[in-house]
Amino acid sequence: MKLFLRTLFLFIGIIAIWQMVISIFNLPPYILPTPLSVLFSLQNHFTLILHETGITIAETCLGLLLGVLLGTLAALLMASFKSIGFWILPILVISQAIPTFAIAPLFVIWFGYGMTSKIATAIIMIFFPVASSFLDGLNRSHPGWLDLAKTMNAKKWRLFWYIRIPAALPSLASGVRVATVAAPIGAVVGEWVGASQGLGFLMLNANARMQIDLMFAGLWVLIIFSLGLYFLVDKSLKRLIPWQIN
Amino acid sequence: MMSYVFSHKIAPTIFLENLCLSFGRDVLFHNMNLTIASGKWTCLLGASGVGKTTLLKLIAGLIPNPFFQGNIRCDNKIASAQQVAYMAQTDLLQPWLTALDNALLGHRLRGSYSNTVLAQAKKLFAQVGLKGAEKKFPDQLSGGMRQRVALVRTLLEEKSIVLMDEPFSAVDAITRFQLQTLAAELLQNRTVLLVTHDPLEALRLGNDIYILSGAPVKADHVMQLENAIPRSMDDPDFIKYQRTLFNALNL
Repeated sequence: MKLFLRTLFLFIGIIAIWQMVISIFNLPPYILPTPLSVLFSLQNHFTLILHETGITIAETCLGLLLGVLLGTLAALLMASFKSIGFWILPILVISQAIPTFAIAPLFVIWFGYGMTSKIATAIIMIFFPVASSFLDGLNRSHPGWLDLAKTMNAKKWRLFWYIRIPAALPSLASGVRVATVAAPIGAVVGEWVGASQGLGFLMLNANARMQIDLMFAGLWVLIIFSLGLYFLVDKSLKRLIPWQIN
Repeated sequence: MMSYVFSHKIAPTIFLENLCLSFGRDVLFHNMNLTIASGKWTCLLGASGVGKTTLLKLIAGLIPNPFFQGNIRCDNKIASAQQVAYMAQTDLLQPWLTALDNALLGHRLRGSYSNTVLAQAKKLFAQVGLKGAEKKFPDQLSGGMRQRVALVRTLLEEKSIVLMDEPFSAVDAITRFQLQTLAAELLQNRTVLLVTHDPLEALRLGNDIYILSGAPVKADHVMQLENAIPRSMDDPDFIKYQRTLFNALNL
């Protein structure tokens, strides 16, 4: 309830400042539309926005799911086989060094205008934070636990399952949080460079046609979706992984 | 009262012979010799950083061979690392496992978990006064209770050598006293090596008391006490032992 009230106050505050900026500087609607006109635009284009939002949500969630899955798997592989890590790690870093905007058009050529290229863009953005933070956690198990396990004659895979993986889950969780923020950005970037649907496509088109109020309406929906997704993921992670590793 | 007594194996005597170990330019051990008697409690007293924990780690096989010279052997011809259970300064409980699962960690890690082990664990929980705490997580337990879980975990290893690195130092005085009594009763007949800062703890539990000092470290065998442990602290003899040990410590 406290959180809800704080969010509400913050929301009203931002809207008020927005309206004040327009009134003080006398800005025309094609530079900055009033909050009310954005609300009307949202109402007028409701079915259109709803449809595009559904597309973006699907891309984001699929990208997030696959990116987290791939990142987790890569970290597990690298932690279990040092020789694999030796080869995968540089590829991982290179994949991050390439700007997403530069590679996204290539994905459109490779995977087409549909959802696949957007999911791929999201995966590229998500994969690294997930893999690197989980790998970090896996390689930094409490030395006391490892010593104890050694005196217990632990088998390698059982050590992984009972100690190294659970001890690294809080690190994985922070990676997933970063990924959750990045996933909608990945999907929208994918839509910007070439798409026929989705919120990014809608915003780009609205911008080109000077429908700034529609563009803002799309932006609102995107922000609300991103916040909601983060909130949901954060709550679930806290419930699933309640322990802290110091 | 205590029914869990270790007796089916004869605990070995451990011989440390001509141990040499250096960290960079610091010589920690140089031709050190120490005999840890079979089935007795050997206590090592000494200042922080003198090498007590390193000595335990050597016996536990946690420091691999190329890093030290010398010999660590047991009179039953089995490598010491194969027959030790280790109890550290902190309880090392896994926060994601319940108290009972923590106690069973060794069996999970080896894949030797069975209903017999589970029944034994439950029995031990009752014996150490943890009945009802089986399903609790470590962060729901007090420091003393956590060390009791660690003690059960150590006992379930069924090893004939028990290495203890100040396991009772982080709890309050009364809990420490109770834990000492419990450990003395439950670890009967095992070869126990206890590292401690507390001279009174050594006097309550030790059969052989060594003082470790200097660099490279020297082990002085200052006391040998044959009577049963845990010793009662109001025994007139206890005061005499205390004087002897305090003299050796220059107190």
